[in-house]
Amino acid sequence: MAITTVPETPRKPGRPPSPYSARPQRTSLGRKVRDNLSGHAFLIGAVLCFVVFSWYPMVRGIIMSFQRTRRGETTWVGWDNYSRIIADPSFWTAWQNTFYFTVLALALGYVVPFFVAILLNEFRHAKGYLRILVYLPVMLPPASALFLFKFYAYDPSEAGLFNAILKALHLPTSQWMQSPEMTMPAMVLASTWMNMGGAVLIYLASLQNIPGELYEAAELDGAGIWRRIVHVTIPQTRLILALLAMLQIVATMQLFIEPLILANGAGAEDSATSVAYLIYQHGFFQNDLNGAAALGVIMLVVLAGFSAVYVRLTAKQD
Amino acid sequence: MAQDSGTRTLISQSQLSRGRGRVIYWTLLVVVVTGFTLVFLGPLYWMVTGALKSGQEIAQTPPSLWPKDPQPQNYIDAWNNLALAKLLFNTFYYAIGAVLFQLVFDTAAAYSLSKLRPIFGNVILALMLGTLMIPAMVLIVPQYVTVIDLPIVHINLLDSPFAIWLPLVANAFNIFLLKRFFDSIPEELMAAALMDGATSLRTLWSIILPLSRPILGVVSIFAVTAVWKDFLWPKLVMPSPETRTVSVGIYAFAGGTPMNVVIAASVIAAIPTVIIFLIFQRNIMSGLTTGSIKG
Repeated sequence: MAITTVPETPRKPGRPPSPYSARPQRTSLGRKVRDNLSGHAFLIGAVLCFVVFSWYPMVRGIIMSFQRTRRGETTWVGWDNYSRIIADPSFWTAWQNTFYFTVLALALGYVVPFFVAILLNEFRHAKGYLRILVYLPVMLPPASALFLFKFYAYDPSEAGLFNAILKALHLPTSQWMQSPEMTMPAMVLASTWMNMGGAVLIYLASLQNIPGELYEAAELDGAGIWRRIVHVTIPQTRLILALLAMLQIVATMQLFIEPLILANGAGAEDSATSVAYLIYQHGFFQNDLNGAAALGVIMLVVLAGFSAVYVRLTAKQD
Repeated sequence: MAQDSGTRTLISQSQLSRGRGRVIYWTLLVVVVTGFTLVFLGPLYWMVTGALKSGQEIAQTPPSLWPKDPQPQNYIDAWNNLALAKLLFNTFYYAIGAVLFQLVFDTAAAYSLSKLRPIFGNVILALMLGTLMIPAMVLIVPQYVTVIDLPIVHINLLDSPFAIWLPLVANAFNIFLLKRFFDSIPEELMAAALMDGATSLRTLWSIILPLSRPILGVVSIFAVTAVWKDFLWPKLVMPSPETRTVSVGIYAFAGGTPMNVVIAASVIAAIPTVIIFLIFQRNIMSGLTTGSIKG
């Protein structure tokens, strides 16, 4: 490629010109084809991986959910997999548990990080240290952290960490994972401890973008701290708040490793069974990959419903 | 006294540095620093020291704050009985490979989408970003079926590191992060390189990549921690004991191994990511926040 001059190219509206794609008019067709080919050559590795491991499985999951493979023979079975999955008594329990987890995790894991971030943003000292502390659990392998909770914190005897603390405070001790009522709160607690660091850091970054004049003006108008949070902080961060709510719903609906490790899967009286765990059960233990695929599609539809509501709500606000 | 920033936040500087505000500020700071240390470091302390206790001591009520008769043997048992050296090596190997594959393919793709802009580039980008909306659990079954019998070539990738490396290349978040960074590199630099007769590969190698070291660092760190933390996918595609990752290996042994030894193994498994975090915490935090959309 020996080019000596790059002539001025007319700017297309809305898109800055690229020296490679926006060529002068007189370039030959061959040159254009060659440039496009080189562009696609750079893309091919990633695109192939997307095709094989992401786009194709997406389509295949939907196809599989309407098929049945027995002894190497695949047939179309219509909605059979769906009716079988829905008839499974664990199906509704799993959805109930998953929604319960999502709501509890939103109440704890969504609200707490926001206020933690507001608090950290006010400190003029020890900021770096506190930020490192909050994010440290995010870096632990979840399996490691969950074994810690399972064996040491949620030990139902009084030798367990949490029960020892409760006892020292003269509060009633708990059976933790052995008790169906405590299973979900205990899983939410462990999961929030492991994951809240990311949300705190993202909130902190968006809090730093709020112009200080807004707080000053609010203060001059006589607004106290709480009213400044309600009328300045929350409106100014509402896009991030909405985005993280959505991301957290998607993440918590996929609840899997917490029940697997803390509750050995189903937990006391099925109190820990989640939809994701059920997918795993059907697919890899009951040898029902088609049923598991159907359950995956149901999960996708439910999440798409949430996304649609989310898009409507956020579109209205603007 | 380190004054972190001069920008005005919720509460004004003057309110915090005078009279009652000053007292409240310092009390709150001490309470929060102590509280956070207990909440976030406390469990880690409990984990490291708990794994040093004997079986009897761990069952004693109330639990002891410090192991009376430390048993480093628990850590040695964990290392030997669970073959942790092999497990750590496997995980490390997968992590390094994941970094290389993602750096090569995702960087090339992001460069093409940002600077070369071939025809249909926007459609491809939109399809890639669309995968961010699809929860991993939904894809787990069809992905597994694909990996055990790759379409067209009919290769089974079970127990092959490619089963971990290749799916990780399909990471829309990385491509988005890299593309955003490349977008911020001025077009004039590209034009200058073009004028000097550089090919697009040469421009990427000698102009774009040297400018992109920070973001390449962030992508690499995220790739390592993603492999280290992942559980279900490696559990499915690396079924034999020789190819397991460290988390899966500990889980597989947890049933028949004394509790303290499992915790000791968990501590050892967590050390690499904690060290990475302490060394690169600045890069990790900046990557996390620049990657997110400004609100």
